[in-house]
Amino acid sequence: MSSGLLFACVGALLFAMGMAGVMLIAHLLRRILAFNVMGSGAFLILVGLTQRNDVPDPVPQAMVLTGIVVAVAATALALALVRRLHALTGQLELPADDT
Amino acid sequence: MIWLIVLPLVWASLAFILGPGRGKWLAIGGLALQTVLAFDLATKIGAGGTAVGHLVGGWGAPLGIDLAADGLSAAMLLLTQCIALPLAVYASAYYKRDDAAGSYFWPLAGFLIAGLNALFLSADLFNIYVTLELLGLAAVGLVAAGGGAQQVAAALRYLFATLVGSALYLLGVALIYGAYGTVSISVLTPLVTSEAPRLVWIAGGLMLIGLMLKTALWPFHFWLPPAHGGAPAPVSALLSALVVKASFYLILRLWIGPFAPLIAAAEWLAWLPAALGTLAIFWGSWQAIRAERLKMLIAYSTVAQLGYLFLIFPLLAGAGAIQAGVMQVFAHGLAKAAIFAAAGVLIKATGQDTIAGLAGAVNRVPLTLFTFGLAGMTLMGLPPSSGFLAKWQIIEAALAQGHWPLAVIVLAGGLLAAVYVFRVLRQAFLLAPRNEEATAVSPLLEWPAFVLAAASILLGLRGVELMQLVGIVA
Amino acid sequence: MTANEWLPLAVLASSLLPGLVIFALPEGWIALRTALNLFGAIAKLALVAVLLAGVSAGEEYGVRFAVLPGLDLAFKADALGLLFVSLSAVLWLFTTLYAIGYLEGAPHRSRFFGFFSLCVTATIGIAMAANLFTFFIFYELLTLSTFPLVVHRGTDKAMRGGTIYLAYTLIGGTALLTGIVWLHHLLGHTEFAHAGIAAALGPEYAGQLQIIFLLLIAGVGVKAAIVPLHGWLPQAMVAPAPVSALLHAVAVVKAGAFGIVRIVYEVYGIEFAQSLEVLLPLAVFAAVTIVWGSFRALFQDDLKKRLAFSTVSQVSYIVLGVALFGPLGTIGGLVHLVHQGIMKITLFFCAGNYAETLGIHKVSEMNGAGRRMPLTTLAFSIGALGMMGAPLTAGAISKAWLSDGAAAAGMDWAIWVLWTSSLLNAAYFLPILWRAWFRSAPAAWPEERIAARGRRETAWLLLLPPLVTAAMTLAAAMLAESPGSPLEWAKLIAEREYRQGVTLP
Repeated sequence: MSSGLLFACVGALLFAMGMAGVMLIAHLLRRILAFNVMGSGAFLILVGLTQRNDVPDPVPQAMVLTGIVVAVAATALALALVRRLHALTGQLELPADDT
Repeated sequence: MIWLIVLPLVWASLAFILGPGRGKWLAIGGLALQTVLAFDLATKIGAGGTAVGHLVGGWGAPLGIDLAADGLSAAMLLLTQCIALPLAVYASAYYKRDDAAGSYFWPLAGFLIAGLNALFLSADLFNIYVTLELLGLAAVGLVAAGGGAQQVAAALRYLFATLVGSALYLLGVALIYGAYGTVSISVLTPLVTSEAPRLVWIAGGLMLIGLMLKTALWPFHFWLPPAHGGAPAPVSALLSALVVKASFYLILRLWIGPFAPLIAAAEWLAWLPAALGTLAIFWGSWQAIRAERLKMLIAYSTVAQLGYLFLIFPLLAGAGAIQAGVMQVFAHGLAKAAIFAAAGVLIKATGQDTIAGLAGAVNRVPLTLFTFGLAGMTLMGLPPSSGFLAKWQIIEAALAQGHWPLAVIVLAGGLLAAVYVFRVLRQAFLLAPRNEEATAVSPLLEWPAFVLAAASILLGLRGVELMQLVGIVA
Repeated sequence: MTANEWLPLAVLASSLLPGLVIFALPEGWIALRTALNLFGAIAKLALVAVLLAGVSAGEEYGVRFAVLPGLDLAFKADALGLLFVSLSAVLWLFTTLYAIGYLEGAPHRSRFFGFFSLCVTATIGIAMAANLFTFFIFYELLTLSTFPLVVHRGTDKAMRGGTIYLAYTLIGGTALLTGIVWLHHLLGHTEFAHAGIAAALGPEYAGQLQIIFLLLIAGVGVKAAIVPLHGWLPQAMVAPAPVSALLHAVAVVKAGAFGIVRIVYEVYGIEFAQSLEVLLPLAVFAAVTIVWGSFRALFQDDLKKRLAFSTVSQVSYIVLGVALFGPLGTIGGLVHLVHQGIMKITLFFCAGNYAETLGIHKVSEMNGAGRRMPLTTLAFSIGALGMMGAPLTAGAISKAWLSDGAAAAGMDWAIWVLWTSSLLNAAYFLPILWRAWFRSAPAAWPEERIAARGRRETAWLLLLPPLVTAAMTLAAAMLAESPGSPLEWAKLIAEREYRQGVTLP
């Protein structure tokens, strides 16, 4: 197993763990962390899969960089919303579905 | 073409610099210009009969960003600007100067529209990911702008749904790049045709699931009603009319583009979205029939109407299915924008968001009720309206290919829609319980909604040009 | 655009445009609203007169627009369509006059007249549709624009009536749409043509065509109130009197009956329909409706409900005439389309007058009404006698032709149906006349709103329309053989619909 494939496999594992976290964890901060784990998993796969010939490919690097920027922005927005929710309700969990 | 992306970014940034609540004239001016540009692009493509492309900054793939527009994207761009412009006028009257809920409406709406336009113009899968995120984050910001605990909770729920959706999509893109070393849609299509390893199947599945989550297809619809039902009316209108359509557009684009060879290999796959769409129609309509709050009813109606879009997938093998889908996108986009805008007026006029509170509304805001009725016609698929044409096309394509159950579903869905639309109209025609003080409503709120509803009806009388435009698919 | 193209559009616009303007008018602008209404109605009549003259001279009027590739919005003003157009246009004028008088001082008149004009536009669209697609558009438009009129009063009872009306018509519309798309799928178009278009399909499609026929007829049968699809009509009588008069005696139910005529003659073709063996079941349903409607009318004490069940029965005379294979039945059915409209609208006008002037809503309250309101009751009597088919009224003409048609088609049982219905008609109308003319008036009327002043028993705008339509009922019978009468026009249509030369007596 090449190192690239190993990265990809670990990435897949991280993605799956992160996704389970986002769906199952009620605590919002931990959920945001889980989302970041998920994102990192995707980036690992992107970089790992494309390095099978041990020649670095600049395109996925650029993509991952963009992806990180997006993830940071999303995390910031999520944190801001969680803070607002905390300020309004004193809770760090989503209220029960009221539909 | 590039200006369709740059313009909204410019006016959004300027509006942000100007400060909270400002920038509405910039936005309306910018949108007017964009509408002209979108029309221009559509006529160019319609006349030329081929897709057009643009290399941003002259760089070109793989490191640069390619833009491309065919008939399908031009139609979506046109719809976006045509809905956003009246809604901008509406929003300018909706938010009072010191309304906290409207502080950041203009910048966020600008980024949202920039995201939409960029998405429709993008020619590669990764760039689409970026636009999806831009769109999603701006939309979440708009939902949260209401500021109440309920809205923030709805925004968070929406945020997680949209993030998981785009993460799934990104993972799919990563796998595709790993398999083929490219993310350009036009380059990918022949590659997938010649060889499709299992990795691509997984990638396709992940991307489609991610996008369905963002389109709120049943059973991924859970986030939509609180987000669309809880946001301020102009935001609900933008989200329901346009944002969910963007991810549908992507599914369609991928389905008839790079993933077409996969689907040709396993035709039963097409019945999966159709089955989910059917459940969406019945579930969404049922919830709308039971809803007690007006905006919840409309939000659930969106869940149901999105279901129709997915009925076209088994029909894509034959002629006319894409046209039927686009007609439904237009019909629902225009009508839903109108109906949410009308709901905003009704809520302002009656001071409450319950259906029971609408009694006698027809005498207080007749134009808005008329708007509601016209948009309702489109939702029910009654003629003359674009919704009727969409239904006609779906039924006809279904009969032509021998899939008559789809026709039955469409017809049954129309009757269910009639039940929830007339629930509202019926209530509005009731005698008012007592002579309440009618809150005066600005004509700038009533008329844009009416224009949208009238457009959804008039399109039902003249759909030839649009259908020809959509026929030009790259 | 040539005159032959824009004339049909102008006929549509003459009610559509005033309607749209009226919506926007403030409630208080009574003079302008009335002027617009009358201008539209008179302009429509003038345009229809031009069309009638043109068509009898052999001109062809038509126009089409592409809606989707391969799908046209198409209008034509042919002899059959004009029969219905003229009926609607003439009665629209009188109903407008009546409504202006009836609604004097009532709230929400802009809304009322706006939707009223839309309804008329939809009716005209139905009459002039040149294919099933266009027909369907206006058919559903009629449903939608009638709803606000049915629920106009905003009471719970009105809502219930409106909801039932919608439930029936929307489900019927769905059946109709199914049939139309199916047919469009098989044929590639749904243009109306003399002698039909369905015969172009091979014999292997016979089964499908029978199902489509059932769907189409069920769809339009709801509006034509064929038993068992008639339940909405008595419920919809909660609407104000002008609405009941024009819409439920003329526009809506006639739209259904007219749809059946178009489907049988110009989609299937009468001869092809006969070979598909779908006419006999249609005739049986019509016969059942005729008898059942009359029978139910016997037991209604509410005057408008009695008239509504009478409508149920009478509209199926048209259907029966259509289903009788042979030109005589056709002529009887078509002429009854006009005659029934004139007679029934007279009755509804009168019922509205009793309610508005004296507060009489029930048959049991009619005692002595003839002495208090002799002119109204005279008009009512003429309409009622016409319904029974009494000599010298329009009803006699239709019934004679229908009976001859049944005899010519070898369906003697249909003659018995007609006679039974006539007897039942007499049984539910004669007691009313007897009460009105010969019983003495009660000490006080239920609710006297308009006091008598000399010879004028009620507001003249309420009195004039029923008198005119009652006179028309008599004129249609006495001048039946003169050119331009409904009967002569129906003969013209029948000659054009039957492929072989028709010899008329």
